[in-house]
Amino acid sequence: MKVTLDVNGTQHAVEVSPWKRLLDVLREDLRLTGTKEGCGEGECGACTVMLDGEVVNSCLVAVGQCDARTITTVEGLAKGDVLHAVQRALVACGGAQCGICTPGIAVCAAHVVDRGLLVGRDEAGARAQVRELLAGNICRCTGYQLIVDAIITAAREVAR
Amino acid sequence: MTSYLRPRTLEEAAVARAAYPDWMVLAGGTDLMVNANHKPTPAGILDLWRLADLGFIRVEADAIVIGAGATWHEVERHPAIRERLRPLAMAAREIGALQIQARGTLGGNVGTSSPVGDSLPVLLALDATIEVASVRGHRSIPYHAYCTGYRKTLLASDELIVAAHLPLPSAATRTTWRKVGTRRAQSISKVMGAAAITLDGGVVTSARVALGAVADRPIRITAVEDAVKGLALSQAAEAARMALRTAIQPIDDVRSTAIYRRDVAENLVARFFTS
Repeated sequence: MKVTLDVNGTQHAVEVSPWKRLLDVLREDLRLTGTKEGCGEGECGACTVMLDGEVVNSCLVAVGQCDARTITTVEGLAKGDVLHAVQRALVACGGAQCGICTPGIAVCAAHVVDRGLLVGRDEAGARAQVRELLAGNICRCTGYQLIVDAIITAAREVAR
Repeated sequence: MTSYLRPRTLEEAAVARAAYPDWMVLAGGTDLMVNANHKPTPAGILDLWRLADLGFIRVEADAIVIGAGATWHEVERHPAIRERLRPLAMAAREIGALQIQARGTLGGNVGTSSPVGDSLPVLLALDATIEVASVRGHRSIPYHAYCTGYRKTLLASDELIVAAHLPLPSAATRTTWRKVGTRRAQSISKVMGAAAITLDGGVVTSARVALGAVADRPIRITAVEDAVKGLALSQAAEAARMALRTAIQPIDDVRSTAIYRRDVAENLVARFFTS
């Protein structure tokens, strides 16, 4: 079927099976390879994108369901050459190592920060909230501490 | 090639369901799309995601009615559910994590009818009724009769799940929910359960106790419910523990062992009466 997607502000029309995973359409048809596949089971969060403003695992979305819907991938977080606050903070804090989980972490974190989901919490409360909200994004390298530091840093910067 | 249809109304969906009984009924995809590339391609997809007729949460005088398309995220943050149906809000918060809660739906949990569906013991403990629809009309099924075996239900091949009707517990009824898994987020439960315990002057007048992941389907533990009736709360915990011991036959699988499940189930059920 013909599926029309708004991805990072650009309209794309693709002729695909409606059963094809959004993840595969992004990577294979649209060549947006920033989104990674980890487990393919909705466990690890590496393939996280925003669909109509909510964070979802793109391995669990059939692309037919995305017709006329809006998607933001990691490629859409930056505005031109200016990285999103969470991307800058991940770099500054060293919140990345091998990089497979990083695009999903960045998208989920951008959602958390842009939605103001940490606003009004003290440091300890915000850190606990980050750990709950990012629980669907698994990282095998960092031990999470530097990722949490980065998201707290980004949230502070955006609130300022 | 897989066909695809996104109906605009429940009526359209029911017509399509009757016409194409072999199509996959898909909403958030959090169960059905797992390992999708290693699954047989469906003949067609009947896409119910965001179908307006199913996406509601309605507060009535004596019940809350939750549309099959309501997501766990919507259930968890709904003020009336948080206040009056606390176990359901608690279960919603521990289903997967943010990404799964944004897509997973109540109707999906009921439709898949996995023995480890986290919300299902809550539906049992809160004595939910499932409303289903087809071109033949609507009907209601008490949830305690709905599951008939391993992933088997009373849903007919032309029927769609519309909503769960959850009666509001009385002020004298305490409700609880507890899940045990390898970690809080993302884990498939080893054991989880819910209870609704009605008290009169510290004495248990009635109880509904339900567990998941200890049988081929989510089950009410009637042996426990009968054993605690008429007991003071302080005696009920031990009676519940004793009654449970012979009431369930959990299994060994990749997530846990029968012995561990039995111990945890005993502790959970006892704790429903002490905490």
